[in-house]
Amino acid sequence: MRTIEVEQITQAIAKMCINACYYLSEDVYEALVASKDTEESPLGRDVLDQIVKNADIARNEDRPICQDTGMTVVFMEIGQDVHFVGGNLVDAVNAGVAKGYTEGYLRKSVVAEPLFDRKNTTNNTPAVLHISIVPGDKVKIKLAPKGFGSENKSGLQMLVPADGVEGVKKVVLDVVKHAGMNPCPPMIVGVGIGGTMEKAAILSKKALVRSIKKRNEHPQYAKLEQELLEMINKTGIGPQLGGTTTALAVNIEWYPTHIAGLPVSVNISCHATRHAEIEL
Amino acid sequence: MAEKIRITTPLTEEAARKLKAGDSVLISGIVYSARDAAHKRMVEALDRGEKLPVDLTNQIVYYLGPTPAKPGNPIGSAGPTTSGRMDAYAPKIIEQGLKGMIGKGSRSTAVVDAMKKHGAVYFAAVGGAAALISKCIKKYDVLAYDDLGPEAIAALTVEDFPAIVVIDSEGNNFYEEGQKPYRKI
Repeated sequence: MRTIEVEQITQAIAKMCINACYYLSEDVYEALVASKDTEESPLGRDVLDQIVKNADIARNEDRPICQDTGMTVVFMEIGQDVHFVGGNLVDAVNAGVAKGYTEGYLRKSVVAEPLFDRKNTTNNTPAVLHISIVPGDKVKIKLAPKGFGSENKSGLQMLVPADGVEGVKKVVLDVVKHAGMNPCPPMIVGVGIGGTMEKAAILSKKALVRSIKKRNEHPQYAKLEQELLEMINKTGIGPQLGGTTTALAVNIEWYPTHIAGLPVSVNISCHATRHAEIEL
Repeated sequence: MAEKIRITTPLTEEAARKLKAGDSVLISGIVYSARDAAHKRMVEALDRGEKLPVDLTNQIVYYLGPTPAKPGNPIGSAGPTTSGRMDAYAPKIIEQGLKGMIGKGSRSTAVVDAMKKHGAVYFAAVGGAAALISKCIKKYDVLAYDDLGPEAIAALTVEDFPAIVVIDSEGNNFYEEGQKPYRKI
C-alpha cells in the first residue's frame, strides 16, 4: 500500500492545466511545422505559418495558445494499491483546476447548469473526470483542456455490424464534412469504436490524448487510421481557408462490443490539441 | 499573397461594399467584442424597445471571449470564436447599422441576406491564433454587461488586425471558393 496526499494531486493538476494551455505538445507542433512543406494551398501555408508563430509566441511568452482554454478533461489511472489521504480525491482534482485556471490567467468557461441559468462557476470547475483502477501503486494523470469550437462539432452514431469498415469511414467523413472549417483545422480526429454508446464516446476522447506520433497497436486499426487521414485530407477543408491539410492525424481507440452493435464516436479537436501527462 | 487592404473604423456602408471575398485586410481603430450571452442580451433589449448599450452604427464586432490579462498586458489571448452561434442574433444587430463582423466558420442564410441588404461584411481571423492576434490589441475597455466576464461588451483598440473577407456584401463566400480546388472526395 502506498499513501498519497491528495494535495499532491491538486498541485499536479494545477501545473498541468497551465502547461497544457501554454505549451503545445511536441507531437502536434512538429506535425504543424511539417505540414507547412506539404500543404498545397498558398493561403493554407500562410494560415499554417500563423498557427506555428502563434504556438511559438505562446511558448516563449507563457500565454494561452487559444483564448478558449476549454473544459478540463482528466483521465486518471489509479493503482489499486494507492491509498489517498488528506481529503476527497475529486475535490482535490477540482481544487487543482481552480488553482491552475486562476493563477495561470486561463479563461473560465464553465457554467454551473447547462440549460436555464448558465451561470459561470468562475474557476472552470468542475472537471470532467474519468477514473480507472489499474494494478500497481502508481497514479497516472492525463489532462486535456478541450475547447468547444471543436467539441461542438463531434458526433456519435450507433451502426450495425453489417455497416462494417465502410460504415465507420462514412461516419467519420460525415462528421468531418459537417464540421468544415468551424473547429479550427487542421484537426486531430479521435475515433472510438465499440463498447456501448458512452464507452465509444469516452474512447474517442481518450484517442485525443494519445500522441499523434503513435499508431494503434493493432495493424488493421493502424491501417484504418492512415486511410481515414488520407480521406479527410481530400475534403478540401484544409487549414480553414481551403487546402490539403485538413487533419494532422486520426487516432482510433477500440473496445469489445455486443454481437448486435457497432458504436462509432468521432471527437474532433482543433490544431490546439492540448494534453499533458504525469505519473506520481 | 495579394496586397493587404488597410481599413480604419468606423466602416461606412460604401467602404464595406467595396470589400470582396478573398481580400486580405489589416484593421485599425476601435472594434467591439461581443459573443453569445452579450448578443442574447442585446437582442432582448431591442425586443423590449430599448437601445443597444453601445451604438454599433458603422462599427465592427469581434466575436471574442479573451483570457484574462496578465499584469502589464491590456488583454490575454484573443482569438475568434465560432460565429455560427451568433447567427440567431446577428440579423437584428446588422439592422442596427453594424457593418462588419470578425469571427471564424460558416454563417446562416439569414445572416448573409441581412448582410446583402444592409451592406455588411464578414471577416475571418485565423481560428486559434489567439496569442498572435493579442499582439495587435492595444487597449481593452469593458463598456457593458461587465457581469458576463469574458463575454462582456468591450471596446478594443486594434492596430493592423489581420483578417480575410470571407463573405462580402454580395454574398460571395470565400470559404467555398477556397476549398473547391482541393476537394477530391
